[in-house]
Amino acid sequence: MSDADTTADAGRPTDEHADDENDAFEPIEVFPEAESMDLRPGADSCYKCSTCDTNCPVAEVDEEFPGPKFQGPEQWRLKRQDDHDIDETVMKCSNCMRCDSACPTDVPLSQMHNTARGAYVDDQMNTLSREYVRNRLLANYRRLAPLAATFPRTANFVMGLSAVRWLGEKTLGITSEREFPEFATETFREWFTARGGAHVENPEKRIAYFHGCYANFNTPAVAKALVRVYEHFGYEVLVPEQDCSGTPMFANGMLADARRAAETNVRELAGALEEGADVITSCSSCSMSLRQEYPELFDFVDTETVAANTWDALEYLRVHEDLEAALEGAAVGEEFDDVVYHAPCHSRNQGLDSQTIEVMNAIDGIEAHDVGDSCSGISGTYGWKAERYETSMAIGEEMFEHMAAAPAETGLTECPTCSMQMEHGSGYPVYHTLEVLEAALVGSEADGTE
Amino acid sequence: MAIEDDVLVVGGGLAGATAALAAAREDVRVRIVSATQSTLRQASGLIDVLGYPPDGAGTEDPIVDPFDAIADLPTGHPYERVGADAVRDALEFFDRVAGDAYAGSHTDVNALVPTYAGRVKPTARYPAATAAGLASDPRDTLLVGFDTIPDFDAPLAAGHLEAAGVPFAVRGVTVSFPGIERDDAKVTRYAHLLDRNEPVWRGGSETGSRAALASVVEDRLAGESRVGFPAILGDDHATAVRTDLEAALDVDVFEVPMGPPSLPGLRLEDLLYGALEDAGVRVTTGVPVVDYESARGGADDRTGADSDRIGHVVVDRNGAAVPHRADQYVLATGGLVGTGIESDREQVTEPVFDCHVAHPDDRYDWFVDDVFGDQPYARFGVDVDRDLRPLEAGGGLEFSNLRAAGSVLSGYDFAAEKSGSGVSLATGYVAGTRAAAEVTS
Repeated sequence: MSDADTTADAGRPTDEHADDENDAFEPIEVFPEAESMDLRPGADSCYKCSTCDTNCPVAEVDEEFPGPKFQGPEQWRLKRQDDHDIDETVMKCSNCMRCDSACPTDVPLSQMHNTARGAYVDDQMNTLSREYVRNRLLANYRRLAPLAATFPRTANFVMGLSAVRWLGEKTLGITSEREFPEFATETFREWFTARGGAHVENPEKRIAYFHGCYANFNTPAVAKALVRVYEHFGYEVLVPEQDCSGTPMFANGMLADARRAAETNVRELAGALEEGADVITSCSSCSMSLRQEYPELFDFVDTETVAANTWDALEYLRVHEDLEAALEGAAVGEEFDDVVYHAPCHSRNQGLDSQTIEVMNAIDGIEAHDVGDSCSGISGTYGWKAERYETSMAIGEEMFEHMAAAPAETGLTECPTCSMQMEHGSGYPVYHTLEVLEAALVGSEADGTE
Repeated sequence: MAIEDDVLVVGGGLAGATAALAAAREDVRVRIVSATQSTLRQASGLIDVLGYPPDGAGTEDPIVDPFDAIADLPTGHPYERVGADAVRDALEFFDRVAGDAYAGSHTDVNALVPTYAGRVKPTARYPAATAAGLASDPRDTLLVGFDTIPDFDAPLAAGHLEAAGVPFAVRGVTVSFPGIERDDAKVTRYAHLLDRNEPVWRGGSETGSRAALASVVEDRLAGESRVGFPAILGDDHATAVRTDLEAALDVDVFEVPMGPPSLPGLRLEDLLYGALEDAGVRVTTGVPVVDYESARGGADDRTGADSDRIGHVVVDRNGAAVPHRADQYVLATGGLVGTGIESDREQVTEPVFDCHVAHPDDRYDWFVDDVFGDQPYARFGVDVDRDLRPLEAGGGLEFSNLRAAGSVLSGYDFAAEKSGSGVSLATGYVAGTRAAAEVTS
């Protein structure tokens, strides 16, 4: 946890009672103006051991990247000087956030990177540049997705055209090496509404599902699996209104966009908490965002409450249900006989990187092979940028090798973009852990038509 | 519900990993919960057992046989608590886990390893990559530094080694590392280049980085039969990198251990965590244990009515409190630097279980003015009985199902004694073994 102070008016004199008593205590304002975030305690905790640098997947393959220690505490100190610009290499950080869990003294490195990136984009980036326009577009995928989802077949056809991909690279700097993810013909929310909402009512066991954009527009099978698995355990599933979690916006320094999205999410999810629900996500970057990045960057009334009551889907079941007992004797289809698992960086940072293998081991007939601690390299929108594609693939190389070496040709992960990268580099089909749980727990119960 | 295991080890450094491995030899379910990634990657990778006597640290010659010296250690020293035989067993256990990756098991006598500053460090076990560089080996030596790695000044280190009276001629040269331009490239970047033998520009054409490095060094050799590099020679494929360089140069190649971040430390971490995975130990990293709930010991609790049992611990996952329950617990959270022991202006504490940490009331008695003197704070930690169970101020047990291992323990100054790894191994081994024995009994 970061010990940075996130209150917007920290250091500002409080004159609430000044009118009543003239001799009331008036604190002296030491710094010229109140900062939105005081990162000083974090910067002071850094003793330059450079462990963060050894964890940085970008620094490992790109000599030109100065690493998290520079981007975080060192740059923070440098920019105390008014005339000092933020180094443009901050845009090479992929926001994998591995540096956070590497740090032995809890320096809030990713928070520092997020704020530095935000300041760089606000103050130094030309908003008419191709890079800015492209980044804004990628960061706000959520804004375009509904349109594409309205005409999914057309969108998939157009996006699949090689000419469109070529044009995307030439005009926007979006790599033509990758195939755009397909849009589902029916979004998760459409499906959920069409089935008449939740099939289970239970004021005692209730969750609010933060599905995120990808599960809604691109992989509704994952979201449906979550609903069926949770209903199997007797939970009532609420699906509150929601915006993008903000992860792609943080990664592109679009903090104003992220703030707007976060405000909606915190308000809606806090409302669900009041109805007795806990917040559950199926995407490791969404949970990372709600749990860590929101409290580090924003100070809406319920930010901390939402963070403290947000859970990863699998983690919640492990703590609140006897999941392993439920899985005893369960069987799955042969497509899951052997799977090769990659733990997303954002699961790793939440201490969740080992849970999938533990749970898979409890299911008879599944051999789950862990590829170890390599980073997939795509990091959300990062690997979509033409100038980052090679770095992204160089980082992913180790994961591809481990996937090829493991005796399995089916992938497993909880992050949608890691999943894209796994497919891109190996050609394997890649599933979400919830889909395996659905097969094991619900299996034939699931009505194929719903 | 809680996440359930038989033995829960809090902390994932050398002590915690050893405790978990030792416990996992029995048919019990073992988990490590570690607040950050293992700090092993900051360690030198050397396994020191006892380099200097505790009272004459820095003034005396290094200890030749640490096992001789263990008998003379004061009461309360972790080695005194577990006994010399346990230290021996723990080293044998480590040797089995490390296999070919480590050397030094053929003798009780300390090996002398040249360091990056040109000193000679007494240590009990050392990575195979360091073996050809021992100071007791009389062969003439060339040290090679790189202009982009200022932490290792090879000519300076060579001068220091000669001044220290090593029994061989030693020379240092500084060269450019092919394929690296930046002054501050990360050590992982060097290792990655060599691991993958990536093509680099050398003499107008592209060559594999290993051959390119060998060709840079070849010109500088003057008949030496061994060459030392800073410890950056690969990560996942370190043995292949070293073997290729040896073949190309027709000399023995060794690594000089470096300060953090340290590739030998990273490799040791990989080795231990690979062994943990093979042993079926569950590992949860990146989240701290912040609290515990006690469960009073029953009437038949053989440790007496006064001691509590720990019921479950609370793991903080970004604000959510996740309960983890086990039968036996091992505290291996590190010392003052690793934050297993914390201090403020008032007191010194052990933050997870609030175990008693003996220290003078007056903060000015926590240290002495001579920076390199015998610092009281260096020995701050948890007092334990001979079963490694933390003790209250009055001498009673804090908890009947908790043991402590590694630098969270009091009574030794690992930096002055050069005993850090050995204490972690020995106490981790004993704590893990006994925790598992209680589960199965």
